[in-house]
Amino acid sequence: MSNNRVSRRQFLNYTLTGVGGFMAAGMLMPMIRFAIDPALQTKAEGDFVQTSQKIDEITEEPIKVDFTFEQVDAWYKSDVTEAAWVYRDGDAIIALSPVCKHLGCTVNWAGDSAHPDQYFCACHGGRYEKTGKNVPGTPPTGPLDEYEVAEKDGFLMLGKKIPNTLG
Amino acid sequence: MLNKIYDWVDERLDITPIWRDIADHEVPEHVNPAHHFSAFVYCFGGLTFFITVIQILSGMFLTMYYVPDVENAWKSVYYLQNEVAFGEIVRGMHHWGASLVIVMMFLHTLRVFFTGSYKKPRELNWIVGVGIFCVMLGLGFTGYLLPWDMKAVFATKVGIQIAASVPFIGELIKILLAGDAEILGAQTLTRFFAIHVFFLPAVLFALLAVHFIMIRRQGISGPL
Ligand code: HEM
Ligand code: FES
Repeated sequence: MSNNRVSRRQFLNYTLTGVGGFMAAGMLMPMIRFAIDPALQTKAEGDFVQTSQKIDEITEEPIKVDFTFEQVDAWYKSDVTEAAWVYRDGDAIIALSPVCKHLGCTVNWAGDSAHPDQYFCACHGGRYEKTGKNVPGTPPTGPLDEYEVAEKDGFLMLGKKIPNTLG
Repeated sequence: MLNKIYDWVDERLDITPIWRDIADHEVPEHVNPAHHFSAFVYCFGGLTFFITVIQILSGMFLTMYYVPDVENAWKSVYYLQNEVAFGEIVRGMHHWGASLVIVMMFLHTLRVFFTGSYKKPRELNWIVGVGIFCVMLGLGFTGYLLPWDMKAVFATKVGIQIAASVPFIGELIKILLAGDAEILGAQTLTRFFAIHVFFLPAVLFALLAVHFIMIRRQGISGPL
């Protein structure tokens, strides 16, 4: 203990500041936790989604495969249709996400007639090789994401998005 | 009659000094366009405020019809614009004003820059001004999503991607803005609405108050 006596004024200052601090924290804490809840939610991992694409009809030329799933957006449930670019590489089936890694527009295979063997993003002219590798000198800074793939009764199933593994 | 009411209130509350403090002050010759026409550049601050008032009023009235819900947002905007009397005008005021307020604010900033008015002792007010600038851009960004049409959704998608490219905390900013790690949807719309209509206007009022109090304290900067 120090020898300084706590004055009446100091004592009141400390207690009132402390009590005030607790009251402010008690008010703010619930509101802040409320606001940041989305950042702390843990996401249930996505299941595989069935598509209507026959595996043995997939060739080396990428095709667009649409698939539909029920998306739960908080209180709003809806059927969402997304797409993947799918092609065959030997025995493997590759499914790429069409979401541009620049700013999220949608890419199209052979979308630019000057580059018929690349994916093209019309928003800012981003381009990708067939494996999803971004073409240097165009806006995207990374390769297209990949979907996990599986097969069921000869049909293609798509899983969750993972970073591109094809290099 | 009005005089009598004024006197009645003034007698009790002594309001004359208050409104004098607010409204009764010199307009120096070098900022008065009636003296030198080129002084119109000093009007841009006031014009920015004028349009801000229009934004606040028209925005308040828009919320009488607007609903921030993915099913109904677009429909409510369509309804208020096409079915409600003067809807096109009120939405038009808010729509065009949103761009004009940025233009005016930019011209005001240029005036302050080229007259050197940001220099001592007015550095703090420049900083507050930058804060107002950011809040205005935030209002424009969050408001743009509200009509919930294709243009709004994709502009916001791109805007959120830009925010997500911030080093280290980008992903967190993205989730806090969008309300979901993946989806730009129902929670994004309600968040943007809350930010647009409550949070940012509250910050804007505080900053504007500080801005104006400082201007009255320091006066307008001198002639070049
Ligand atoms: C000064 C600041 C403000 C700016 C720059 C601004 C900007 C905008 C913009 C760009 C839009 C999209 C309009 C369109 O595309 O037609 C919008 C919509 C909207 N704003 Fe604001 N806003 C401001 C203040 C406010 C305030 C204070 C309120 C309410 C209290 C408000 C309520 C709304 C509503 C309800 C909409 C959706 C209706 C519609 O899209 O027509 N705004 N705002
Ligand atoms: S979003 Fe694809 S190039 Fe910019």
